[in-house]
Amino acid sequence: MSRIKNTFERLQAAGRKALIPFITAGDPDADATVPLMQAAVAGGADLIELGVPFSDPMADGPTIQRASERALAQGMSLRKVLELVARFRAGDGQTPVVLMGYANPIEAMGYAEFCRAASSAGVDGVLVVDYPPEECHEFSDALRAHGMDAIFLLAPTSTPQRIASVGAQASGYIYYVSLKGVTGASHLDRDEVARRIPEIREQVRMPVGVGFGIRDGATARTIAEIADAVVIGSRIIEEIERSSRDTVVSNVQKFIAGIRAAMDGVA
Amino acid sequence: MGKPDLPYDLPDAAGHFGRYGGSFVSETLVAALDELRAAYARMSQDPEFLAEFAYELKYYVGRPSPVYHARRLSERCGGAQIFLKREDLNHTGAHKVNNCIGQALLARRMGKPRVIAETGAGQHGVATATVAARYGMRCVVYMGSEDVARQAANVYRMKLLGAEVIPVESGSKTLKDALNEAMRDWVTNVADTFYIIGTVAGPHPYPMMVRDFQSVIGRECLEQMPEVAGRQPDAVIACVGGGSNAMGIFHPYIGHTGVRLIGVEAAGYGLASGKHSASLIAGRPGVLHGNRTYLLQDENGQIRETHSISAGLDYPGVGPEHAWLKDSGRAEYVAIDDDEALAAFHTLCRTEGILPALESSHAIAYAMKLAPQLPKEAVLLVNLSGRGDKDMHTVGEKSGLGF
Repeated sequence: MSRIKNTFERLQAAGRKALIPFITAGDPDADATVPLMQAAVAGGADLIELGVPFSDPMADGPTIQRASERALAQGMSLRKVLELVARFRAGDGQTPVVLMGYANPIEAMGYAEFCRAASSAGVDGVLVVDYPPEECHEFSDALRAHGMDAIFLLAPTSTPQRIASVGAQASGYIYYVSLKGVTGASHLDRDEVARRIPEIREQVRMPVGVGFGIRDGATARTIAEIADAVVIGSRIIEEIERSSRDTVVSNVQKFIAGIRAAMDGVA
Repeated sequence: MGKPDLPYDLPDAAGHFGRYGGSFVSETLVAALDELRAAYARMSQDPEFLAEFAYELKYYVGRPSPVYHARRLSERCGGAQIFLKREDLNHTGAHKVNNCIGQALLARRMGKPRVIAETGAGQHGVATATVAARYGMRCVVYMGSEDVARQAANVYRMKLLGAEVIPVESGSKTLKDALNEAMRDWVTNVADTFYIIGTVAGPHPYPMMVRDFQSVIGRECLEQMPEVAGRQPDAVIACVGGGSNAMGIFHPYIGHTGVRLIGVEAAGYGLASGKHSASLIAGRPGVLHGNRTYLLQDENGQIRETHSISAGLDYPGVGPEHAWLKDSGRAEYVAIDDDEALAAFHTLCRTEGILPALESSHAIAYAMKLAPQLPKEAVLLVNLSGRGDKDMHTVGEKSGLGF
């Protein structure tokens, strides 16, 4: 059984929801990434979304774009991201790692080589923001052939037909973007999310995570009441920006532990 | 006017030109693009819409633009006869306005009162601000902060026209970053906002739609060439950044296989320097800004910073239909460097009394190279896509003349 499926089943049996932090690989520097991933797990993360930096991150807000720029300025690349995953995997055989990024670095490497390298590094799933399902059949098939999940986004504007076509290609979990806009935006409509998740569940039989706009324990808790997973990204990047190199790992762990505690108040 | 001898009907229903084009966007944009595709599919068949577009092109833009026989330039080159399609005579001084009117009319019919645009040199921003004023729409233009500093006159023009200009500080602070920022605005404000993309790039339907609006250029040439030159040209030459003026003049000629199509990219400081904008000649296929096409990128798939003396050609991608035309061999692509373009600018000023835009000067420069290799009866048609008033500062600096 895949690590992602295993994780969600274990959580469900325990009546808990998944906490999924997002960090950009190579931010603030390459040496910090594996310790940050380990700190996230120590703080209570169940799965880690690791951002692959790209020069033109169209779907992200300014916070994650800054993280990408910092990482690229230090020479981070898709191949180096995979090395970091392999290093993390050497010490943690359990926590799933999902790469999140844009199509072009994968296109430049080639599907076959990327899938081989990612699966041997210990990547469990890949979310390519600018690969909608109709443009990436070949890529999704290649991922699955290597035992990795193709993770897709759904949005408040996704129609029922759209939900069905995404559901037909997705595996692992669905990432529901909780608002119109880019990552790091600040308004989240709980009622809208609560209304949409059952519509998604009708057509898609896999866990649904919610992200975009979740910035604190109270919101995370609200979302954990209605979704299977809570994704937090920009707020963690801000924590990284705010910290010195000496305190960044412990600050991120503390922040994630706070979110975890708020979520675990959920029965 | 001659019938095409080869049928041509790309893109397919999903916006693909062979392996290029398509719609590579985040799920958050899919509904907006579906809405746009449906509206454009309706309007492009609607006689009332097409009549209104034609009316605006005639009475507001001043079309048709003439085809002009540049006799002194031709004599000077000593070979083929060079004809210029005078898009520089359009209202606002470039071809950009054709497309802006088409998209603004579409926005109005879709009930979107706010338009946004990205701009590099400011030409597309000015054209968008112009039509927004003409139709009473709110207008926001995103422009890299580097370009805001370099193109102060155009920034002021946009403000005079009532547009809000937002400087973009991210990335390389140029056109591609302005495009990223405009996409973000669109994702956030999609209910009341129409994104007017200025070139034949972006997700489907933009490359097709912008080409359709611009192909008035080539359709006019098909009618005008027999009148002014006695026949269709041997070659059509146009500069290519994103590629909208080139697609506009190429498209009606694609099926006329006896006509060579030549796209001229910006070689900047020279292809060997790495500082250029020649995506088709020196790039590799990849995915950026919603479509698959040739891109200037490093070995890790990161998009490279580009250079050209003309801001309008300074873009790391190119329209996907050009990528297809290149691979299929139907069009040829060449490159002209900054110095050659600048020399052509001066030559056209002195021989014909026409100040060409630096973008268009790349096409002129290639025509000046090609003409001497051809007999006097040969006919070259160059798209003079814009006028050069906006470039006088740049040219003055490079020539050491100043003001």
